[in-house]
Amino acid sequence: MANAALDPHAAIATTASGVGQGLLTTADGKPLARALVRSQRRARRRAFLLVLPLLAFVVITFVVPIGQMLQRSFYNDGFSANMPQVSAWFAATERGTDPDDAAWTALAQDLVASADARSIGVVGTRVNYDMPGTRSLFTATGRQVRGGLEPPYREALLEINETWGDPRLWSVMREASTPVTANFYLAAVDRTRDDEGRVQQVAEQQRIYVTLFWRTFWLSAVITALTFVLGFPIAHLLATLPMRQSNLLMILVLLPFWTSLLVRTTSWMVLLQQQGVINDILVWMGVIGGGQRLQMIYNQTGTIIAMTHILLPFMILPLYSVMRTINPSYVRAARSLGATSWTAFRRVYFPQTLPGLGAGAMLVFILAVGYYITPALVGGSSGQLISNMIASHMTGTLNWSMAAALAALLLGAVLVLYWLYDRLVGVDNLKLG
Amino acid sequence: MKTTLILSTALGGFAFAAAAQEVNVVSWGGAYEVSQVEAYNKPFTAETGIRVNMIAADNPATPLRAQVEARNVSGDVFDVEVSDAIRLCDEGALVEIDPASLPAAPDGTPAADDFVPGALLDCAVANIVWGTVISYNTTKFEGDAPTTAADLFDTETFPGKRGLPKNPKRTLYLALIADGVPAAEVYDQLATEEGVQRAFDKLDTIKSDVVWWEAGAQPVQLLADGEVSMTTVYNGRVFDAMVAENQPFEIIWDGQYMDMDMFVIPVDAPNPEAAMEYLKFATDTQRLADQARYIAYGPARKSSASLVGLYQDGVTEMGPHMPTSPEALANAVMDDPEFWADHAAELTERFNSWLASS
Repeated sequence: MANAALDPHAAIATTASGVGQGLLTTADGKPLARALVRSQRRARRRAFLLVLPLLAFVVITFVVPIGQMLQRSFYNDGFSANMPQVSAWFAATERGTDPDDAAWTALAQDLVASADARSIGVVGTRVNYDMPGTRSLFTATGRQVRGGLEPPYREALLEINETWGDPRLWSVMREASTPVTANFYLAAVDRTRDDEGRVQQVAEQQRIYVTLFWRTFWLSAVITALTFVLGFPIAHLLATLPMRQSNLLMILVLLPFWTSLLVRTTSWMVLLQQQGVINDILVWMGVIGGGQRLQMIYNQTGTIIAMTHILLPFMILPLYSVMRTINPSYVRAARSLGATSWTAFRRVYFPQTLPGLGAGAMLVFILAVGYYITPALVGGSSGQLISNMIASHMTGTLNWSMAAALAALLLGAVLVLYWLYDRLVGVDNLKLG
Repeated sequence: MKTTLILSTALGGFAFAAAAQEVNVVSWGGAYEVSQVEAYNKPFTAETGIRVNMIAADNPATPLRAQVEARNVSGDVFDVEVSDAIRLCDEGALVEIDPASLPAAPDGTPAADDFVPGALLDCAVANIVWGTVISYNTTKFEGDAPTTAADLFDTETFPGKRGLPKNPKRTLYLALIADGVPAAEVYDQLATEEGVQRAFDKLDTIKSDVVWWEAGAQPVQLLADGEVSMTTVYNGRVFDAMVAENQPFEIIWDGQYMDMDMFVIPVDAPNPEAAMEYLKFATDTQRLADQARYIAYGPARKSSASLVGLYQDGVTEMGPHMPTSPEALANAVMDDPEFWADHAAELTERFNSWLASS
């Protein structure tokens, strides 16, 4: 100890390790470390209070509604909440149990109660998701039993409709009797459950979602690549031209960006359709005959062309903002040290544009994955994306649970890609503007 | 100053809600909305002093369901399709409407007998009958003109692209009709696997010639541009193009798909009394007949038919343009909401799967 006290480095050593009597203190004698923590805590609290309005806004307008929507993908109490007795019977018995008298009584009483409460449509809709054609079974039975049903219930219900005895119906009702279900996710990847509850693929002519997921990601990747190929030279030109000219060019980039999405999409229809401007010009020039007009829209080509055009500014702008900051002397130095222009571009210039490229690619890809209006208008049959199915379930079939499951899968896939991007490139390495 | 402004705005909002001197009607927009404003809203406001706010939606059933689910209903009367009216009624989202409370026909026939079959439901009253019909551009065919649904599928005799809606409801039935199935047996066929397969097989024969449309304005545009030579289209829209815009189009009534639009009132509507007033007023004999002056949709009351006169241009006789005329009804398929409530999801998936496969 005595030696340590003499050693001029001892005080530093003890401070660094944070123990011993050489502890640093503030002017009024409190330990420095604790005082620091306290003052930082105060600053943090103040900072938190400053962002609190924004946080509350984001939570109320974004997190809560999206959370509620996503909750529908695994939670649907359409059956369980309106058919409590038969749900209790399902909970008490093993899968595969044949319905006994208790089950039929519970079912009949629930049906009567639900029909009187006008909730039978909700029940039928829920069961119909897993077994098409059963919605009218519930609503029609409901209309007949409103006001009461006489025992024996089994015979009475079978008399109304024989389908009540179908084992598949009972199996599906068992699935629906718990509000938490994975069935919507199964359906979203073209899977279903058979009578015994095993997961299997749906019939071939019903398969659609997996194909569309792949197509969505593939087309988004193609569109991202195209915006890069088209946007990189433009961004470079913008970044290297004198301010006057580059500002003029920038307006040309931004003008379509400020134009309504629908206007741009319909303009492409005018240009690309078979009786459209481009085909007219080709026929007029004699490149193609009148009967061989090119089919450039209402298919995948149309989707790719229109979406590449619409998303191009999202690639150009981040690239441009990064390119402006690249010091031209680096490339000059590389050239003067003997690099060819290609090597100088590849080894010196291009790597410096990566943060802009990463940001642009990410923006374009994520926007493309969720695109909806453009493929709906110009996609025809082969250019549809998964978002069109989500929209169809939201507004057409009103199966919001299914829409939520598809959306959740899409969100999950995008998050996985984001994570991959972070691992491979690094999110810190991103420059949005 | 600012606070005063906010306060007065908020109070103004409350005052409006409390006075109940208005009714919010959610409808489909476009020429259809105009016809409702002219035929229902203006005389309604003139007679009762209740202001009518028209709100346009792509499909009013979507906001209706969203509002009921969120327990924040802002619309009073919604104009929806039959299948949605039945579904929403079964789900308890709509108030029941007693047919006896609706005004009787001028000759005293009670409303229950005056409306066409299927027009009165537990929770809904139909206002119009409309059709999805085949229409063609007369400049595209030099020889014979097409006359039947089968001609739509005959691209040899009648060359050119075809426009079809991108949904199973208004395509499968047409394929069956064109394949020789009588209108009355269409749903029996569609209920079986063989019938569905037969419809898809028939659609396969023209799949590469089809331009799929989604919004009602698209087929008219495709036809006018010459992008398609024949298409199915809503009869009111194509009438508008033919008469108001003098487009060289003709209608084929064979294989017409008939549908109704219905007025419904959601539970917890903010102005229930005004909503019921409006609904009764808008579906009386004279109002339904008046609407035909502005759009070629048929009135849902039999007693309105004789009152249907000239189009607003003063020269076009509306009778033959009604989807309810005898010629139009000869081989027409009526929408079957029960069937579609059961099978819409399944057939939509299959249809999309068929579309995606090449």
